[in-house]
Amino acid sequence: MKEISIQQVEDLAKLARLGLTEQEKTSIAKEMTEILNYAQSLNEVNTENVQPTNQVTGLDNVFRIDQKIDSDIPIESRLGNTPSVEDNFIKVKKVLD
Amino acid sequence: MDKYDIVIGLEIHAQLRTESKMFCTCDNYSVGAGPNKNTCPICLGMPGMLPVPNKKAIEWTYLLGMALGAKVAEKFCFERKNYFYPDLPKAYQITSSTMPPIIGGSVEIDDNDVLKKIRINHVHLEEDAGKLIHPKIGEYSLVDLNRAGTPLLEIVTEPDLRSPREARIFVQDLRSILRYLGISDANMEQGNLRCDANISLKPQGQKELGTKVEVKNMNSFKMIERALEHEVKRQEEILSENKKIVQETRGWDDAKGKTLGQRSKEEANDYRYFPEPDIPSIEPNKDNSIDLKEIKNWLPELPKEKRIRFETEYSLSKQDADNLTSDLDLARYFEQTLAEIPQVAGNDEIKKQKAKKLANWLITELLAKLNGQGISILDCKIKHQNFAVLIEKIDSGKISGKIAKEIFSEMFVSGRGVEEIIKEKGLSLISDEKEIETIIRAVISENTASVQDYKSGKEKAFGYLVGQVMAKTKGQANPQIVNKLLKEFLDKE
Ligand SMILES: [Zn+2]
Repeated sequence: MKEISIQQVEDLAKLARLGLTEQEKTSIAKEMTEILNYAQSLNEVNTENVQPTNQVTGLDNVFRIDQKIDSDIPIESRLGNTPSVEDNFIKVKKVLD
Repeated sequence: MDKYDIVIGLEIHAQLRTESKMFCTCDNYSVGAGPNKNTCPICLGMPGMLPVPNKKAIEWTYLLGMALGAKVAEKFCFERKNYFYPDLPKAYQITSSTMPPIIGGSVEIDDNDVLKKIRINHVHLEEDAGKLIHPKIGEYSLVDLNRAGTPLLEIVTEPDLRSPREARIFVQDLRSILRYLGISDANMEQGNLRCDANISLKPQGQKELGTKVEVKNMNSFKMIERALEHEVKRQEEILSENKKIVQETRGWDDAKGKTLGQRSKEEANDYRYFPEPDIPSIEPNKDNSIDLKEIKNWLPELPKEKRIRFETEYSLSKQDADNLTSDLDLARYFEQTLAEIPQVAGNDEIKKQKAKKLANWLITELLAKLNGQGISILDCKIKHQNFAVLIEKIDSGKISGKIAKEIFSEMFVSGRGVEEIIKEKGLSLISDEKEIETIIRAVISENTASVQDYKSGKEKAFGYLVGQVMAKTKGQANPQIVNKLLKEFLDKE
């Protein structure tokens, strides 16, 4: 049994940009522990000589030729759902370089 | 102070100059384009879009692998590297470092005749992020996603470099290879080629590596060397005081001349990689999906091969051959100009002779002008044929070195032909003996005192008389003919 700590939940929440209450942290730590332990059962399967799964589509080698085709969607529409635009730049909160 | 071994490994990013982006059909060339002009729902990271890889970018990745003598992986997979930053609209970058397309390989660098093999760990293919602009005024940043989705190769070396100088030479050599292959503009100043370094020090002879520091923001070859030299000094000082090196990322501040600790983008650094479910894996050998044999045929003569050929075929010094071949376009300019010199064809001795002269002119005169004005050889106005004529005129004594430089300067500015400039400026070297004789007679009759001096054994007087003839012809008389004729005249007197 592997326990997910509150610290691990906090780290993940930070990476995912999620704000969690103390109560949520506790319950998520418990749920994640359960989920991971459930997934542990996969370890019982013998995977020797089995390639890791990268794909479930059954496809490989899907390409496109190198040819430029401009988007037919006007820039106003492309940037239409950004909260703030200035001279066709997307405006965001100041980021430190 | 204790002696330390320096250990450097590099991560180099090179943008591929494909026509379209890595996973969408947007124009990959955005110089001069307005902000976000070359974007579409795929590279803007809209939900539900399907990225489809650019075949050319994959073929070029294999081409670089072949040039590095590396192994082409049987299979490679795209994956998602997750992090939040405003220049990354999907909040993940599609990359391929876990199962990369190219494994191993090496570049042999030449540091003052010491040859050294620098091993490559792997090369992977990924997409570039957008650009952030930070206006001086205002509490906001601006995002331009024209660059988002540009195909990007990351070349990761083994920690084989032992000095900042070697690191700089390696990046220069790699740039040449990328340019020779024609797959990247590889210009550091313009950001198509970027370099990060991992650097650590360890007491001389010790096996285990020291704590490494990552150095970023080195935007030119000079900066690579300066930044790493500074970092070596900084780490030496810390170690010699028996303190510990902190593992961190430091940015080079060129104005301050030092590296500064950077606040990390992700405090809990974990990119949570997982396979990109939208893009099937690439298996070049399966069903001949990618024609590796054909790609091998694309391999051009590489910089080192060309340099060696220049040394043997043209008897150039290693230094000259290196100067000419460090830039493919300059090497081409050299060979095309040489081919325009008439006697060169079919005569190896003359070819070598002319090659040496041409190399001198290109390296000392032309490169100085091009570099001084920041012009590429491709924009050089002097046509091959005109340069060839200039070399011929100097060689056959029709113009002096001084006049040649004057003509050359004019050609460089206007791109006009040699004859045209000579005619217009009255620069032709007077080799007509009759014409020179007339002038010599005049000089002798005007300078009887000097003639007497010469006769009484004053050698200096001869030089003075030559000077008088040259002055009368505004420096255009062929000095060899003047010398010869003047001596004859004076001895007759
Ligand atoms: Zn796009």
